[in-house]
Amino acid sequence: MTATRRADLAGRGLLVVFMVLTLVPFASLLLTALQPQGSIPTGLSWPADPQWHNFVDAYRVADLTPLLVSSMLIVAGVVPAALVLASLAGYGLASLKVPGASWIFLLFVLGLTIPFESLITPLYYQIEALGLLNTRAALVLPLIALYMPFAVFWMRAHFLTVPVELSEAAYVDGAGAWRTFRHIHLPLAVPALSSLAILLFLWTWNQFILAIVLVSDPSKRTMAGALGAFQGQYGTDIVLLSAGSLLILAPTVAVFVLFQRQFSRALLQGAVKG
Amino acid sequence: MSVSAAPVAAGEALTSPAATGRAPRRGPRPGGLRRWGHLAFVAPALVFYGYFVLFPLGTSVQYSLYDWNGIGPATWVGAENYRRVLTDPDQLETLLHAFELILFFTVVPVVLGLVAASLMHGLRPGPFATVSRTVLFIPQVIPLVAAGIVWDWVYSSDGIANEVLRAIGLGDVARPWLADFETALPAVGLIGSWVMLGLCTLLLLTGISKIDPSLYEAARIDGAGRLSELRHVTLPGLRRELGVCVTVTMIAALASFDIIYISTQGGPGRSTMVPGVEIYRLAFTEREIGQASAMAVVLMVLVLVTIVPVQRLTQRADQ
Repeated sequence: MTATRRADLAGRGLLVVFMVLTLVPFASLLLTALQPQGSIPTGLSWPADPQWHNFVDAYRVADLTPLLVSSMLIVAGVVPAALVLASLAGYGLASLKVPGASWIFLLFVLGLTIPFESLITPLYYQIEALGLLNTRAALVLPLIALYMPFAVFWMRAHFLTVPVELSEAAYVDGAGAWRTFRHIHLPLAVPALSSLAILLFLWTWNQFILAIVLVSDPSKRTMAGALGAFQGQYGTDIVLLSAGSLLILAPTVAVFVLFQRQFSRALLQGAVKG
Repeated sequence: MSVSAAPVAAGEALTSPAATGRAPRRGPRPGGLRRWGHLAFVAPALVFYGYFVLFPLGTSVQYSLYDWNGIGPATWVGAENYRRVLTDPDQLETLLHAFELILFFTVVPVVLGLVAASLMHGLRPGPFATVSRTVLFIPQVIPLVAAGIVWDWVYSSDGIANEVLRAIGLGDVARPWLADFETALPAVGLIGSWVMLGLCTLLLLTGISKIDPSLYEAARIDGAGRLSELRHVTLPGLRRELGVCVTVTMIAALASFDIIYISTQGGPGRSTMVPGVEIYRLAFTEREIGQASAMAVVLMVLVLVTIVPVQRLTQRADQ
């Protein structure tokens, strides 16, 4: 009994150390963000006179309202389209007889290993040729495609878990492939779709390299891309930069904490499905 | 977080039975009659994927065989760009850095994650267990750019890393870690460890909780110590999860971009230059499109040849 309790205590102790190591950089950022602007803060002490209005200033200086709108527009362009395409393809590959299905699937899976950097140069010229440079479409269209490997993989894995008998019953009732999908399988896929939606939301919000290469106007970028520009501009004002960074990363943490259940299911249980 | 999360998928895909065609259920699927019509379900995704991923992939290979500044005429140079990637000391060093980062992005988080996961597994469910999961995962969800900015500040001359060192009497060691030729690469690597630890911990924790508890009991009855329990029960039981962790973190190491672009831009000198940042620099600063593309192709091949053995190794005994 004591041995287990001691192990338990040691375990908790070490976990606390891990948690502190995770959080200290954020704490340092927060404390810096509360110092007087223009000062060069040191140490990890609570400022004598915390300057909460730094956040207001950073919001104003970084002009966050259009950035938020821009990120939302990009997310709104990417996520629903990716969900539709991926659930169609996932269903097709899992439940229907499609010629060459295993080859098509392999093609998608190989895409999982392609670093975005390896595509960024040709994508730049391709987007330029389409006349889309410096527009949000320059991010939306490639991102939908770049998410297909994971999204199709994800939805296919879901549809594989649906009992065949369901489709068979629908077929007996005279429903075609489309109606079976639309009225029977899609409603059942809602949990898988919502987990996928959260992941795609975060990845889009945090997308950096595409944003800095394809969109030169920071106000048309994703949040992460804009943060890069903000660092370039205010890198010397560490106080303002800290406040701005916290504002920009806060929504991702909020989404994570709010949807934690779906999130862990998405990233963890799904990871080792089957 | 393209780099940190998208590869999660890769690991998942490559280790999942679905991905390897060992789908659990292979029953007859309905609708065998109108098979060609069913392509309509797959076609939209395939068209997007083909146009914005496979097509640029081909273009990358094409560009890599030319000397082109992005504007003027391109000159055919054959394998010359590849020869440079594989012989030029600067470029070779870039590839070497990517592998050095594996130590920090993969080895450190997997080992620490294993420790943390075994500890968490023993915890009774309760607020502490929930909070620790949440906290350890936060670095995974924030933009990597933000992680870069946070750590840029932590490592700076007046940053917390140096403050702590001075406070415990190690002021001599204090330095601007990211500006020092010796320490910049490990310092950048540790940012990766910080980001990846939570993911590995939670993946491994999920795995451990699926191991049959009777195996541990049997080990205990046989008088197995903690270490042999780890070796003979935990590690074999975690084969698949370890495979996912290693795959995901290795891709993140080899294809790192955001963190390094923000914190060091590859400097000081070229001491933290990695393939991702080098591709960006060559293509958009130096305007050497061919050279950048050769590096891009080499990077893709490197990722593949690194990942495939990991997948083989972690899946073999699954059958």
